[in-house]
Amino acid sequence: MKRLFVLTTLFAFYAGGISAQGFLKGGQVHGNFEIDAQYYQPDDKLGITDSSLAGKVYGMNAFGNLIYTNGGFSAGLRYEAYLPPLNGFDARYEGQGIPYWFAGYQGDKFEITVGHFYEQFGNGLVLRSYEEWALGYDNNFNGARIKYQPFDGVYLKALAGTQRFFWEPYEDDNRGIVKGFDAEFYLNDMIPGLREKKTRIVLGGSFVSKYEKAKTKSILVDTTRYVYEFPENVAAMAGRVNLIHGGFNLVGEYAYKMNDPSAMNGFIYKPGEALFTSLSYSQKGFGVTLSAKRIDNMSFKSGILEQSNALDINYLPPLTKQHLYSLPTLYPYATQPNGEMGVQAQLVYTIPRKSKIGGKYGTKIEVNYSKINALEKEAVEPGIPIDSTGTLGYRSNFFSFGELEYYEDLNIKLSRKFNSKFKASVSYFNMKYNIDVIEGHPGEPMVYANIGVLDMTYKLDYTKSLRLELQGLFTEQDRGDWATVLLEYNVAPKWFFSIMDEYNYGNPDDDMQLHYYNAAVAYVLHSTRIALSYGRQREGLLCVGGVCRQVPASNGFTLNITSSF
Amino acid sequence: MKKAALLLLATFVAIIVFSQEEQKHKLPSVEIKNVNGIPFNTSDIDNDGDPVIISFWALWCKPCIRELNTISDVYPDWQDETGVKLYAVSIDDVRSSSKVLPFANGNDWDYEILLDPNKDFARAMNVNLIPHMFILDGEGNIVWQHTSFAEGGELEVIETVRKIAAGEELSQ
Repeated sequence: MKRLFVLTTLFAFYAGGISAQGFLKGGQVHGNFEIDAQYYQPDDKLGITDSSLAGKVYGMNAFGNLIYTNGGFSAGLRYEAYLPPLNGFDARYEGQGIPYWFAGYQGDKFEITVGHFYEQFGNGLVLRSYEEWALGYDNNFNGARIKYQPFDGVYLKALAGTQRFFWEPYEDDNRGIVKGFDAEFYLNDMIPGLREKKTRIVLGGSFVSKYEKAKTKSILVDTTRYVYEFPENVAAMAGRVNLIHGGFNLVGEYAYKMNDPSAMNGFIYKPGEALFTSLSYSQKGFGVTLSAKRIDNMSFKSGILEQSNALDINYLPPLTKQHLYSLPTLYPYATQPNGEMGVQAQLVYTIPRKSKIGGKYGTKIEVNYSKINALEKEAVEPGIPIDSTGTLGYRSNFFSFGELEYYEDLNIKLSRKFNSKFKASVSYFNMKYNIDVIEGHPGEPMVYANIGVLDMTYKLDYTKSLRLELQGLFTEQDRGDWATVLLEYNVAPKWFFSIMDEYNYGNPDDDMQLHYYNAAVAYVLHSTRIALSYGRQREGLLCVGGVCRQVPASNGFTLNITSSF
Repeated sequence: MKKAALLLLATFVAIIVFSQEEQKHKLPSVEIKNVNGIPFNTSDIDNDGDPVIISFWALWCKPCIRELNTISDVYPDWQDETGVKLYAVSIDDVRSSSKVLPFANGNDWDYEILLDPNKDFARAMNVNLIPHMFILDGEGNIVWQHTSFAEGGELEVIETVRKIAAGEELSQ
């Protein structure tokens, strides 16, 4: 009812605007939309039958955005429809409506937004709301936000709101309220003496508080019944620094969260901690980045019982490379919010053009290494098992790596343009993947995989090109060996054709040694793209940024239409 | 609730209809960061009256990197001929935003690199898929946009930039 009131008020506001032509003068409207539809076919080999499809032979996800701006004023909305949601999207999305609308004004030193908004404090360790359409992820805030710049170099933000939970309207018993404050100080702009200094220093701090009406939960240990006392207010805070000097850039953020027992951490009362650091150096032709992080009991949601990809208040970035080819993405890493230690190094170098090794156009080298382990955990007290619900859970040394390995990945890519018509790249990946922990397949052994990719592009003439990808993945575990062939024929800038076959020839189950074939065509006109594909989709984990979506195996037609205007 | 939503939608349609004046789109003003993490307002994207290319990309987007590498080979020629400047806006989130500058430098790119780690600018520009490229004329009007990339796609880009540099009207 409250929402209805707000919407009506907003409507009246706009309607008033229409009659007053002055309001519209200089106004601009633009937007975009996307329709993703699938038609599913039965496929005995994939175990998809008429009864498993249960009548849901079509799926469609669609959205449309409209934004109106006029000087400092802007307003917008997004309509979404999931009729029904595509396979692999949360079934709670089924339906349609307007989950995002806002009105805002931006002045010289301030900005105010009411309605829905996305926000990130620092690196997101204590607060980040964002959306990833491809993953069905959206944790936008519904409330109000103010940004204010009182002096040069000082940026303040404050917000309060509730988060999107599929289509469910806010009730005080289905999620909490989030309030946050963030300040960022660019010292070189604030202090006259530092203005001309070569070293730039940025400091920042955030405070976030979640209020959630206490629920009760009791457990039986032996014959005694214990009743949990949940904190109604959970505070989290973070401090960060950014130092820039010449080609060097250092980023660091430390976050602390007060006790926050939840379904995610097994209802332990330990405070949470996170550290995220990155040091990079680069100059023309060369760049290197070293990163490290620690995550300790840092899941932070505005719903104490929520365990799915929803109601996240913060964001815990994975320290692994997001792979670009299809077989390496078979084993993607997802941050373990309850605890992990990670390091990553990345190097990019261009062997100069016209040198002996570099060739006429230069040769590019990329090397990336990441390693993620569990935390080292000790019992809080002798006799109480680690992670016991209702206790402080465990003790852990801040700087030590646990023995349990989650993920390791070393990969190297060389790419070179040989002449005006031909270029190629070759990549090698060596991966260790704890499928038990990352995908929640208890008891499955660690996956050791070697992967090779050859990617070649040949230009037939100015706008026509062929691209061929050959990929091989070799492992003794999981689904065994794979080979992939992808051939693209493109006529720039409008036509894209491709055929692809992923062949799981090494599957230990002979019946599952399948070809996952796919053919696709896409037509692009300026900012409109229409794509149609037909084929099999292998089961897998699709990850973008920090969240992943389990994609079930399917067979059928897919249609995507996107447009911006 | 549904009724209110419909009303809102209807209002927007009305606004579109009523506001179809002969007017070109300007860049929205969004506070993002430059490649070093220093605040940058997108309304400050400027090239002293010469054309501007804005390309949305990310480290995880293969065609984006192909596009930027392809243009990189001819960029000095493009600049000499038309004075164009390319802003490459990375939508990588904090997972990899600190790797953007080393990657761009390592690849020997001469572009202005901007960071949009929470996609505020991309959202304001209605970017669905990347690569998504915009071309601005000398007055800062958005006069052309395109999504996707294949080898040879850069030819249409430079053709468009040449027309703008020569003061021709575009009919997109």
